[in-house]
Amino acid sequence: MSTSASGADVAAPSPAAPSAAPEADERAARKERLSLLWRSPTFIAGVVIVGIFVIFAIFGETLAPDDPFATNPLDDLAAPSGDHLFGTDRVGRDVLSRVIVGARDILIVAPAATLLGTVVGTALGLVTGYFRGPVDDILSRFIDAILALPTVIIGLLAIVALGTSKLTVIIVIGLVFAPIIARTVRAAVLQEREMDYVAAAQLRNEKAPYILFAEILPNVMGPVMVEFTVRLGYAIFTVATLSFLGFGIQPPAPDWGLQVFEHYGLISGGYWWPVLFPALAIAILVVGVNMVADGIAKAFER
Amino acid sequence: MGRFILRRLLLGLVTLFLLSIIVFVCAQVLPGDVGRSILGPFADQKSVDQLNQRLGTDRSVLVQYWDWISGVFTGDMGESLAFRRPVGEVIGPALVKSAKLALLAFIIVVPIAIAGGVWAALKEGSFRDRFISLGGLSATAVPDFVWAVFLILIFALTLGIFPSTATAPPASGFFEQLHYLILPSICLIFVLFGYIARMARAGTIESLDADYTRTAVIKGLPQRTVVRRHVLRNSLLPTIAVVATQLGYLIGGLVVIEVIFNYKGLGQTLFQAAQQKDYPLLQTGILIVGVVYLVATLLADIAYSVLNPRVRLGSEE
Repeated sequence: MSTSASGADVAAPSPAAPSAAPEADERAARKERLSLLWRSPTFIAGVVIVGIFVIFAIFGETLAPDDPFATNPLDDLAAPSGDHLFGTDRVGRDVLSRVIVGARDILIVAPAATLLGTVVGTALGLVTGYFRGPVDDILSRFIDAILALPTVIIGLLAIVALGTSKLTVIIVIGLVFAPIIARTVRAAVLQEREMDYVAAAQLRNEKAPYILFAEILPNVMGPVMVEFTVRLGYAIFTVATLSFLGFGIQPPAPDWGLQVFEHYGLISGGYWWPVLFPALAIAILVVGVNMVADGIAKAFER
Repeated sequence: MGRFILRRLLLGLVTLFLLSIIVFVCAQVLPGDVGRSILGPFADQKSVDQLNQRLGTDRSVLVQYWDWISGVFTGDMGESLAFRRPVGEVIGPALVKSAKLALLAFIIVVPIAIAGGVWAALKEGSFRDRFISLGGLSATAVPDFVWAVFLILIFALTLGIFPSTATAPPASGFFEQLHYLILPSICLIFVLFGYIARMARAGTIESLDADYTRTAVIKGLPQRTVVRRHVLRNSLLPTIAVVATQLGYLIGGLVVIEVIFNYKGLGQTLFQAAQQKDYPLLQTGILIVGVVYLVATLLADIAYSVLNPRVRLGSEE
């Protein structure tokens, strides 16, 4: 209920925009949003956290104290010490190095999946919201059907059907997110299509694709941006979960979920370090992305 | 009222039909040669053909679909490849176990989350409101297996209060079983708190703003009475819907929690079915998860409309 109220706030200034100087208005709004963002401590903290992991992902091998793949059977499951700050795993690999380099796969797969889901979902949302009628009804039922299953279950099903690879994970998560994003975009489009600028474009005999992508899309970019950042958090969640179940990123990759999967059976034996540090990395990254998402959502809500 | 329920019911059936097609396509059409995909690339063609014949996957897709879906309705769901038992016998006990965990988690999570949401709403914009909103959201965003790891490290390994598995030894009593299920349930507080608290908060803020609340305050009722009698009654309506949608997740969606706590509910069963390419078990199990979700949301819709005349009489959009 609060979402519909804030949606109206966002939509309210747009009809006035074309009459005045639309570009200047738009620029001012963007500037205000940016300054709002940089005044939010949660947003800045989130950016710093995510930034650190991005640096890990790019310069992983250079920053890592050890080779994340080098096994050492004589030094397996060594407790954290000066030599190995986070200890070593069950085949003697340095956990700290694997945590650092492990940022890479998840920071490629999760954003790629989110991007795919956002593009497909936005297109679906534009089409269903604009045309309504039978197209909308049929697609909405399909969306309902997919949303009836937990994401992890769909992931299991699709990956069993298609085989495990990074590309499958990207496609599966993207396609699961698409309907969810479509639903949000559709709600925004339902409001926009009643606006005068859409009627004007229709009177000018513009083609439907032009109205959808050149007229309506720029006006629903706010919700699309918010969806993207929120979904990015869930994508990281899902990639980590699939890897933890052995259906995501495959060994010997230093993926965090995979590391937890490979070692959680050893917890009861007192070997907590190969599990705790990758788990912490996932938690910190996810919270960081969420802080960024929260800041962006707040900035677009005003 | 009757028309509203009928419409919801029909829509639910259509959704269920589409769901069954999606599941069927993923489990039996996408893998191509099912027998080959189970036995691997090195099995000889004869045993692949034999397996396909035994599974019935050598028949046309339409016949297979009809066979499966009519079997589900008549209780004959085929045989699980991994467990070598009828699918119904594998899923039945798993469903009961999942329901036990879901029920306990529900009893613990829902009151805490609603209380948290209402408490945050009573001081909208304050520090505690921000803390509950952002904290709840972050807790939800962190994967459940990460929470499980943290909880096991703290409560099982360091403090030794709870066992690190959810499966009680056979023939243990009610309280023994309960003891084993507490840690996974605590884990679910972190997972679900954010969603439910957010809805409870939004609903409360809205009804705190409403005219009837103002009237109640102006006529001099104490705050406690206003909140309990006027605000909560209206604010908890939207929460019902969210709580119901989480039921589908709790039954079948707990793959990760059931795996990490080694609890043989529907989630772990589906996980094993996926690992061993047990297609008959996988597709029927997933369909059941979908049915549970759809029935839960249908009941929530009906409950919502019974309690809220505006939905019942008003527009659909």
